[in-house]
Amino acid sequence: MIKRKLVIIGGGSAGMAAAIKAYELGEKDILIIEKNAYLGGILNQCIHNGFGLHEFKEELTGPEFMSRFSDKVKELGIDYRLESNVLSISGNKVVTYTNKEEGLVEVQAEAVILTAGCYERNAGAIQIPGDRPSGVYTAGQAQLYVNCYGYLVGKRVFILGSGDIGLIMARRMTLEGAKVLGVAELMPYSAGLNRNIVQCLKDYDIPLYLSHTVKQVIGDSHLEKVVIAKVDEKMQFIPGTEMEFDCDCLLLSVGLLPNVDLFNKLPLHFSKTRGAKVTQAMESEIPGIFSAGNVLHVHDLVDYVVEEAREAAEGAVAYLRGELKREGHVYDVNPGVGINYVVPQKLYIDDVKESCSFKFRVTKPMKDINIVISEGENVIKKIFKPAIVPSEMEIVRLKKELFKKEGSEIKVFVEERK
Amino acid sequence: MKELICITCPRGCHLQVDDNLNVTGNMCPRGAMYAKAELTHPVRMVTSSVNVISEIESRLPVKTKEPIPKELIFKVMEEIKKVSVKAPIEIGDIVIKDVLGTGVDIVATKNISR
Repeated sequence: MIKRKLVIIGGGSAGMAAAIKAYELGEKDILIIEKNAYLGGILNQCIHNGFGLHEFKEELTGPEFMSRFSDKVKELGIDYRLESNVLSISGNKVVTYTNKEEGLVEVQAEAVILTAGCYERNAGAIQIPGDRPSGVYTAGQAQLYVNCYGYLVGKRVFILGSGDIGLIMARRMTLEGAKVLGVAELMPYSAGLNRNIVQCLKDYDIPLYLSHTVKQVIGDSHLEKVVIAKVDEKMQFIPGTEMEFDCDCLLLSVGLLPNVDLFNKLPLHFSKTRGAKVTQAMESEIPGIFSAGNVLHVHDLVDYVVEEAREAAEGAVAYLRGELKREGHVYDVNPGVGINYVVPQKLYIDDVKESCSFKFRVTKPMKDINIVISEGENVIKKIFKPAIVPSEMEIVRLKKELFKKEGSEIKVFVEERK
Repeated sequence: MKELICITCPRGCHLQVDDNLNVTGNMCPRGAMYAKAELTHPVRMVTSSVNVISEIESRLPVKTKEPIPKELIFKVMEEIKKVSVKAPIEIGDIVIKDVLGTGVDIVATKNISR
């Protein structure tokens, strides 16, 4: 059996960033395994700009951002396999993969980082009512077709879900000559970034119907019509609010889910994000198995994916050197009032070098509130937020000295301002 | 007083601009620049992909090197759609020089080796 110190599953931005970081920290026996014929993952099809403002202090397109990492991987000579499909990870860190040239390969890793990204919820996942004609695509699939193959999937388009990919695709299809009739969003607020509402919808006079969803898909063999209707607070359709759109294409931008399939056979627990529960080092409940990026929780910015992947690489390197002890004082980290989830779920404070980060999202848009991070009665940090929305992940970095090692729980919650 | 949402970065600041183009609500200087431009001569980046003759790819992603006047977006798209290029191509290679006399080049945003 082949032996490797560090095996990274997934050669997208997270996997490449983790590999580069581990290499720079001195662990050079790395193997990246990527299913596609190229490195870079989903950024290859994200040809719009807006990437890299944090990472490179300039605005890049997806392929430009990704190239900076793939160039570096190649320059450092980090080993990778393309068109290679990982079949399993065992509890004792044997990674099994296949490809055309090598056949079936088993690698005994000392540490594993899963950076397999996420996948899109599809028509089946949201039990969309009505017929099952052709012409219904996930937004990311349509993005791949138009950007990488030059194939426009529709001329008259309706979009369900206001996630960023849906908004980006509204603009993209408009630029390519399609008529985008509207975007319906089930929630009373958009799931996408404000800037995308402005530059993808308002710029092209595309209406956004909040608190609306698809009531019926109509089409014999190909999509002919979509009926949408308004929903009340209990998400029930309000009679008489139906609107019909003649269209040949329905795009779904209704959420992303961490691609944790490879973790399903391991004795792991999963958090509300659907990613594996992790410590501050991005280490799962099995020592030496880490995860980072969208496979852990879905991020809105690749810049933050890259940052998290580096934390996982630091964790993996510390593990390889016997420095992740998981001893001493440990906290459970839990979301409180107004918070949807927090990553990480466990904090081994004695393993922290200087500081650790908490990433979380609020449950709904709020104004004029405090975010509080507390350890029992002790308030570690209080941050005033004039406005906060679920579509933007918050990151708070805290110095090790702030923790008093008294309670067993750290809570992140929203506090009304007096 | 006008209200705008800044599109310069994902933060999306809520900007207020008064009649003398004084900007508030911006977390960084780029917000003020954006608001002033938006109310005088709005500009946008355009990204798309063009046909490429290559062994490995069928499309080459491209962008306007600088933002172009907003009203020219569709005209620039017409120019972009006419183009076909041949590999090898490197990031930054000019695909269309000075598109529509704007002084802005359309450049490649991906390396395609063959």
